[in-house]
Amino acid sequence: MPDLGKYAGDVLMAYGATFVLLAALIWRSLARSTKIKRQLKEAEARRNG
Amino acid sequence: MIRLFWRDITLAFRSGGGFGLGLGFFLILVTLVPFGVGPDSAQLQIIAPGILWVGALLACLLSLDRMFALDYEDGSLDLLLTAPIPLEGVVAVKALAHWITTGLPLVIAAPALGFLLHLDMAAYKWLIITLLVGTPALSFIGAFGAALTVSLKRGGLLMSLLVLPLYIPTLIFGAEVVRRGAEGFLVGTPLALQAGITAGAIALLPFAAAAALRVAAR
Amino acid sequence: MSFNMNSIWEWANPRKFMRWTDKALPVVAVLAAVVFVAGLVWGFFFTPDDYRQGATVKIFYIHVPAAMMAINIWAMMLVTSLIWIVRRHHVSVLAAKSAASIGMTMTLIALITGAVWGKPMWGTYWEWDPRLTSFLILFLFYVGYMALWEAVENPDTAADLTSVLCLVGSVFAILSRYAVLFWNQGLHQGASLSMDAEENVADVYWYPALVCIAGFVLLFIALVLLRTRTEIRARRLHAIELRERAENA
Repeated sequence: MPDLGKYAGDVLMAYGATFVLLAALIWRSLARSTKIKRQLKEAEARRNG
Repeated sequence: MIRLFWRDITLAFRSGGGFGLGLGFFLILVTLVPFGVGPDSAQLQIIAPGILWVGALLACLLSLDRMFALDYEDGSLDLLLTAPIPLEGVVAVKALAHWITTGLPLVIAAPALGFLLHLDMAAYKWLIITLLVGTPALSFIGAFGAALTVSLKRGGLLMSLLVLPLYIPTLIFGAEVVRRGAEGFLVGTPLALQAGITAGAIALLPFAAAAALRVAAR
Repeated sequence: MSFNMNSIWEWANPRKFMRWTDKALPVVAVLAAVVFVAGLVWGFFFTPDDYRQGATVKIFYIHVPAAMMAINIWAMMLVTSLIWIVRRHHVSVLAAKSAASIGMTMTLIALITGAVWGKPMWGTYWEWDPRLTSFLILFLFYVGYMALWEAVENPDTAADLTSVLCLVGSVFAILSRYAVLFWNQGLHQGASLSMDAEENVADVYWYPALVCIAGFVLLFIALVLLRTRTEIRARRLHAIELRERAENA
């Protein structure tokens, strides 16, 4: 861990906020991807089944 | 086309909608501000140009969703689509009618409301000029927003969300001219820029709005 | 229209798009993760503090790439919307839709890191500085664009309307940018990443910043591919459901 001096709080806050936002974006993208993939598979199975 | 123009204007008057409503809203907004900010006249004088411009902008927004919605609901929009006049012209005419029934009354009422807010004497001239130059842009930009959301069930709120960011340049230059005018500075540049935005909006946005209307009516 | 097998438009065929992204996505995703982490680790742990700005200079490694992406993603949406209007490629407009929420997140990151950086440097979290204000306006444009997608039910109508909005919005975004500059000259430093970089930013900061930018770009590509694939599947699902409803009726 580098010494961030008196700005440690600010720097960590910026990095923390970024990671939270990016994680939320990636998680939402993945969750929707799996959901739609599953629903599409079910729908195609219904049609062919 | 001319008949369409008069039809829109008489409709606006008869239904008592846009015409009185926008003005009333403008008056109420200007009345509310001193209650929020405090009665100090020096302070009010500073913020008056901004309040008057923001008020005009919001009052304009209020009656926008009726521009195409009524025609869309009763089917006359479909008739206009197949009519032998270009849809772009229809949009322009309707935007013009909107300006005459909403923008123009605001321009006329603004000085009286400026009086309530202790607007600087030197600024009255510029307030009227910028509103006269700027409000047509508000109507034409608004026509585009109204066309985008005409097919939606509750498009009014969404339309405000889409239209308000588009109003930013007009607002900035309009309020800037009044502010500079009040302080006795030169106002040529922002006024010219605002006029440019208005001219551009009148020239180009009817095409975008017509495209959106054709999509919505499909 | 001439049909050319080697035309770039071939890539816009949904089936083909699904096939090549199926192979490309894992590669891009891994690459994105590696470069992104490498750039930030380099920037965070192995760069000296600035003599004037202290450790806050480390915020640079997320602030600047995020701000660049925020603008460039809108530009990409403008291009893909135009392709949709002109050539009616569904993949194109779905890519624009997929990019919007990434762009919004990037704008938000740029705003938040900017505010956090502004506190120690300018003594305030928020200042109506032209660049901050422009990003706030850009954020509003992203919100409006996404809200319009959500509000229109028919997917093709939504695609057309949002594309028109994107075109008009782009013009007004640029107008607002200059209007805001006119309205308030700001505190922001000028371009810190122009081509004459040696004048602006020293090499020690410049190289890790380049890696970070590459990481953000790769991350964006991976996410856009993933989300566009999802949107294509969603369209197919929508089509099947419509057909089922028609058959049952």
